[in-house]
Amino acid sequence: MKLAIRRGRLVDPASGHDAAADLFIADGRIAGIGGAPEGFVAEREIDARDRVVAPGLVDLCARMREPGAEGALKREMRAALAGGVTGIVCPPDTDPPLDEPGLVRMLRQRSREAAGARLYPLGALTAGLGGEVLAEIETLAEAGCVAFMQTRSLPHDNGVLLQILRYARTFDLAVWLRPVEDTLASDGVAGAGAVAGRLGLPAVSPLAETVALHTIFEMQRATGARVHLCRLSSAAGVELLRAAKREGLPVTADVGVHHVHLTDFDIGDFDSDFRLDPPLRAQRDREAILAGLADGTIDAICSDHAPVAEEDKLLPFGEAAPGATALETLLPLVLKWGAEAKLPLGATLARITSAPARILNEPTGRLAVGAKADIAIFDPQAPWIVGRDELVSRGGCTPFTGYELVGRAMMTLVGGDLRFERKPGSASTPR
Amino acid sequence: MRTEFGRNPQLNRNGELHHLLSIEGLPRAIIERILDTADGFIASASREVKNVPLLRGRSVFNLFFENSTRTRTTFEIAARRLSADVFNLDIARSSAAKGESLLDTINNLTAMQADMFIVRHAAGGAPHLIARHVAPHVHVINAGDGRHAHPTQGLLDMYTIRHYKRDFSSLTVAIVGDILHSRVARSDMHALAALGVPEIRAVGPLTLLPEGLDTMGVRVFTKLDEGIRGADVIIMLRLQNERMRGALLPSAQEYFRNYGLTPERLQLAKPDAIVMHPGPMNRGVEIDSRVADGTQSVILPQVTFGIAVRMAALSIAASSQRMQ
Amino acid sequence: MLELDAEAVYRSLAARLREEVVGRDIRLVGVHTGGVWLARRLKADLHVAHDVGVLDISFYRDDFSHSGLKAGVKPSSIAFDVDGADIVLVDDVLNTGRTVRAAMNELFDYGRPARIDLAVLIDRGGRELPIAPTVVGRVIEVPPSIGVVLTCDDDSRFHLTLESRRED
Repeated sequence: MKLAIRRGRLVDPASGHDAAADLFIADGRIAGIGGAPEGFVAEREIDARDRVVAPGLVDLCARMREPGAEGALKREMRAALAGGVTGIVCPPDTDPPLDEPGLVRMLRQRSREAAGARLYPLGALTAGLGGEVLAEIETLAEAGCVAFMQTRSLPHDNGVLLQILRYARTFDLAVWLRPVEDTLASDGVAGAGAVAGRLGLPAVSPLAETVALHTIFEMQRATGARVHLCRLSSAAGVELLRAAKREGLPVTADVGVHHVHLTDFDIGDFDSDFRLDPPLRAQRDREAILAGLADGTIDAICSDHAPVAEEDKLLPFGEAAPGATALETLLPLVLKWGAEAKLPLGATLARITSAPARILNEPTGRLAVGAKADIAIFDPQAPWIVGRDELVSRGGCTPFTGYELVGRAMMTLVGGDLRFERKPGSASTPR
Repeated sequence: MRTEFGRNPQLNRNGELHHLLSIEGLPRAIIERILDTADGFIASASREVKNVPLLRGRSVFNLFFENSTRTRTTFEIAARRLSADVFNLDIARSSAAKGESLLDTINNLTAMQADMFIVRHAAGGAPHLIARHVAPHVHVINAGDGRHAHPTQGLLDMYTIRHYKRDFSSLTVAIVGDILHSRVARSDMHALAALGVPEIRAVGPLTLLPEGLDTMGVRVFTKLDEGIRGADVIIMLRLQNERMRGALLPSAQEYFRNYGLTPERLQLAKPDAIVMHPGPMNRGVEIDSRVADGTQSVILPQVTFGIAVRMAALSIAASSQRMQ
Repeated sequence: MLELDAEAVYRSLAARLREEVVGRDIRLVGVHTGGVWLARRLKADLHVAHDVGVLDISFYRDDFSHSGLKAGVKPSSIAFDVDGADIVLVDDVLNTGRTVRAAMNELFDYGRPARIDLAVLIDRGGRELPIAPTVVGRVIEVPPSIGVVLTCDDDSRFHLTLESRRED
């Protein structure tokens, strides 16, 4: 379908464009920016006055809960679209884990059928994610995995990790790692500090992160493997990363959007909505994350979307399932961060568009003639109150319940296909 | 599910105590009122008929998700002496049998006309979760949640100190032992701070001390001798085997060598210092029998005070109007 | 305006009680707070041998469900054996009778007295329970909105004042 998106404020972080401009789409790709291409006749015109027209968001971590939960994929895909997200990286900790090409192909097939956002599956780094035996990562890459991940912590055996990095380097495959040394994290449910001390909650020392980072960086020096660090959380961790980048190690990193805004203090009276993994840390850790985003040490922000059922949160803090629904709050929360950091809109959106695309090494997250038309049209001023009724995701638990956030996706296109349109005055009603 | 921002979950809109969840956040006036009211119950305990009719007709449910015959018995005695109907539910917790959820249990019990839940749970925050979900007329009393709080123990410890020392404003109080894992220690520290004790000390090896003690107004000592020097009150904590995981301490013997309270060490404290212990004691591990049974020990009176203080806490909580 | 000379009313009460308890080995029990002052004064003036018992009826009030526990609870204290005792319960103002009922309930949790007499300084009527005093200092009539309050000054002299009463 030939589409013309008119009178919007076109923001493309990759090129630096931030001005009113029309956008033209044909055959699933961007056919023109500013002026219509020769002989273009729009079949549908979209009025984007008072809207920002941006690349669709690329979320480096959102759990779809499939394979496993029936119908979950479709639902979470709709949630993504409602959040302006057109590309989702889903971690391999599904049930069963994504360590077989057949599972990957099936997931991609289901994702195509769901006609939601694009899915970029991460393959399991080890068989069954057990951390002991290498998975067939080259075959999995062939089946469509963009990178490979060990989801909870580093493999227990350093020898195994070293071999994994060597093997991945052989095929130039990226390894995504949670920088967590499990023996130092043990059964912690809150970040170590005065709050955990006062509440008597088992704590995760920042050493769990720093020791893991030291190990990773040392092994990178030895192997040259490309590593992406998932969900940095501590001040000391950010500092180590900064030094590693200065040194020139091939490393990138993301941070979860909740850690950009919240600290352990927000746990209050054991509110399980604030039970997250990695756990919320202290104000000084948050400040280091903000500084890391400001100077580019931290490349991207992701939602770390984990749709937790309400009954799994209605438990004492330490027993509650960690995680929050976040596909739909990602955009307004990132806009909030950008506003507080006094960044231009392009620089703000880069963290959820061009930067994640670069990490994935995928041609997405940008508005350029010839690029796939993955587009988010959003209202940067639209206020809405976060609540169960306003969310599409099957998980309704978020630390921001009851908060008013500003910024909401109004229309989302994937490959030129208008897959989401918000009806005025109602909660998101995807097509 | 979210409570009002900034609202104290223990108090109703009139500032009355409705739930007793932790000492932290309890206004000093309420702490003192509980202690004063306990005097009245000490008096009634010396009678033939130890009951008073305050909670007659009320149903009190002991919900002990974590076993403790001692504590459950003292709460049962306290509730019965208030003439309440007491029901004990020992809910075995096994990770395999998830069965009925915590909140489903609460809802069922409320349907059975429960007025008050006394809750002990291995996870910090469990009583808070329950308090958020009970009907407005129901009261929740925390009998110990994970490592977080044991408010009635904190209160009875304060009652004990007040009984022997009268004036809090000039005391030096040392808490010795496994503070990292101790809900009693946390409640004691908050209570001592609320009552204006100027010098609160935590004594133990680094592996048993939590972070952030300085933010609670507590001075940290890793050597027992320095920690109890000149103290008016020494609170010895039980070395909790069941809560320790991994290499926190090599052995009970080494612990006793360095942190056990012996008669010789006790001499470093003030001559009229009192020795307290929440019980049960590990003789020869944290405390020498000669001290436990000695003249400065007030460990047995603590138990008597415990019933009166719990009666006071229960009656004051039950006395508040609905939680709005 | 009602003129109440508390000391004079007290002397009437003491005289009537003295007559009433001739030949008896009584034990005085005062209800906090006014009843306790009166009981102590009566012990001295009537030369009662035994120490005065003190009752704080906060734990026995019948309005706990409605009004909760009042602030300022003080411990009760009865040093003698209530079983078989000849007791004179002393209170300052008798009104609905509920305080006396609570005091009796509490006394019975100490033991089984042989006899309980009631001595009050002021009977202001307004009974809601079938309670009658044995001896009274003075019977008065005041509207329900007015409270009658006994105080004791630094020289241990009694004073009675009338105050507006809050709707409870």
